[in-house]
Amino acid sequence: MSSIRWKVTFIITRQRSKSKCYQQPFLLEVDPDEYILDCIERIWAFHDRSLTFRHACHHSTCGACGMRVNGVEKLTCITAIRSVTQDGGTVHIEPLRNFPVLSDLVVDMSTFFLRLEQVNAATVLPLQEACLPGEIKDQPVIESGQYERLVDCIECGLCISACPTALTSSSYQGPATLAAIQQGCQPGNQPFQILLADHEDGVWRCHSAYECSAVCPSNVDPAARIMNLRRRILTQHIRSLFSRQPEEAKNE
Amino acid sequence: MSLTNKPHVIIIGAGFTGCATAHDLALRGFDITVVERGEIASGTSGRTHGLLHSGARYCVNDPEAALECIEENATLRKIARPCIEFNGGIFIALDESDLAYADSFIEGINSCHIQVNELKPAHVLAQEPNLNPHILAAYAVPDGAFDPLRLALAFAATSKENGAHFLLHHEVQELMVDGQGNICGVKTWDRHADRKIDIKGDMVVNATGAWAGQIAGLAGVRVPVIPTPGVMVAYNQRLVQHVINRLNVPGDGDIVLPQRRMSVIGTTSFTVEDVDYIPVTDEQIRLMYERACALVPAIRQAHQRGAYMSARPLIGSSVQGRSLSRTFKCYDHQESDGVTGFVTITGGKATTCRAMAEKTADLVCRKLGILAECRTKEMELTSYRKFYLYGYS
Repeated sequence: MSSIRWKVTFIITRQRSKSKCYQQPFLLEVDPDEYILDCIERIWAFHDRSLTFRHACHHSTCGACGMRVNGVEKLTCITAIRSVTQDGGTVHIEPLRNFPVLSDLVVDMSTFFLRLEQVNAATVLPLQEACLPGEIKDQPVIESGQYERLVDCIECGLCISACPTALTSSSYQGPATLAAIQQGCQPGNQPFQILLADHEDGVWRCHSAYECSAVCPSNVDPAARIMNLRRRILTQHIRSLFSRQPEEAKNE
Repeated sequence: MSLTNKPHVIIIGAGFTGCATAHDLALRGFDITVVERGEIASGTSGRTHGLLHSGARYCVNDPEAALECIEENATLRKIARPCIEFNGGIFIALDESDLAYADSFIEGINSCHIQVNELKPAHVLAQEPNLNPHILAAYAVPDGAFDPLRLALAFAATSKENGAHFLLHHEVQELMVDGQGNICGVKTWDRHADRKIDIKGDMVVNATGAWAGQIAGLAGVRVPVIPTPGVMVAYNQRLVQHVINRLNVPGDGDIVLPQRRMSVIGTTSFTVEDVDYIPVTDEQIRLMYERACALVPAIRQAHQRGAYMSARPLIGSSVQGRSLSRTFKCYDHQESDGVTGFVTITGGKATTCRAMAEKTADLVCRKLGILAECRTKEMELTSYRKFYLYGYS
């Protein structure tokens, strides 16, 4: 942080339940290295106590504070003012898209959590399995015991908000869920999740816009995982063409 | 709100304590409404360091808190496993003053029955190559890291399964008082819809942590809670696997905690009056950086990812900051102030939230004449995601 101060106008999209939304400006004096979420909390504390927003950990582990900042999905607790505007500039804050708005910046993510729960998305994994596909697993080799960590996906919903396919199809499983299936399932091992993925609302609905990976604040790279899952499913289909099941053979 | 003839308890605050208390009381058959002006864990709870304490940090100066921690550490690992990275912690000595603390540390740790293993410095460095190589002594303890929001949500989700209601973004503005001066409910402002809602209850539990003094003030009673914030800085690389503690009297910036892909250093300790917004200052961030580099020099190659502040609710006495106990206290305002229908729970650590809830629920049961045993010690919590599946209230 520095001693420099900028004047920045925050234009926040406001909405009370069921009434029309409107935009409200707040002029703030900020430190350019301050995080957006801290400014929003300040607006609530000193300017308008009716402002509603979600937040908890303030350091990108909980995924509660996702919003659209100047039209781009951001985890506001780790987004510095400097990275989105300049002195005298404006910052537009909107709720995430593709979720129903409860009020102001708070959206209803219940369907999103339901989908993750349905596929039993992992929360904690052994260190070696918690990495990106193809990522070099260079953790020190320990002779005794194994380490674990909370997985990369913080379930913030930014990928759903950025996804043009989710915008047009509410039944689409969405990047986070498909990424969780990719991470949790070996082919042939968990048929239920693979069936969900190998479906018109699964990996085949994705139009490869890659917006999910562009906005993901947490290294999940859902788009790459979706492509990887497609490859695995296709491989399985092609293999099954050449190796008929014993039952099928009997029926002929 | 209450559609049954079960006693209705209103809990103010959906941080760790409020959510855990909702879980405990719902299991004991109460009708529960939790009112929270923000979101789940949007105050102190969300902004905790995320350290699942073994109690080792407090074993010398604050054995009461240490004993609570080690017991609850084991319990949380049993009931809330999906929210926890459990890789253990290491206390390291880097200078003579650290070494001089070792004897009292071992004595304290043994008297609190915390499992400890002395490690050879070479062995520690083989496991944790990013640590300061000048380690003089090292001890392994059962520390861990947790995800704060998910831990609170897991308690809240389980309480919902047992019938509890949550009113988020409902700010308590007044306490309702009956003709005899008893607290009989809360007047809230629903910030989603901008309307006022009154909720009647048989008992109001003030579980607002650092804000407990303010809510108690609405009832005209005093709670000696001293909001004591500390700063945390998160870096963008996971440089250690164990929680790294400096082997010395608890001080500023002496814990580096691995969490997801990050390393989080904390913390400081000072007191404030207003807890609604506490700025993070440059000096504190610089101090954390220096301290973090002393423990894990590789932090120099990492970048700051976040910096945040949270206000511990410490129970006041004549001493200041670091010397205040981390234990918790439950106040029966009938006993202390002659106000019935109102209890306050505050103090404590995230690690001890279940025990705090148990004690509060015991008190509520006693006061309402309900005979029910606490069942939260063994019962595994449901998936935190289910909090959202049961609707938003």
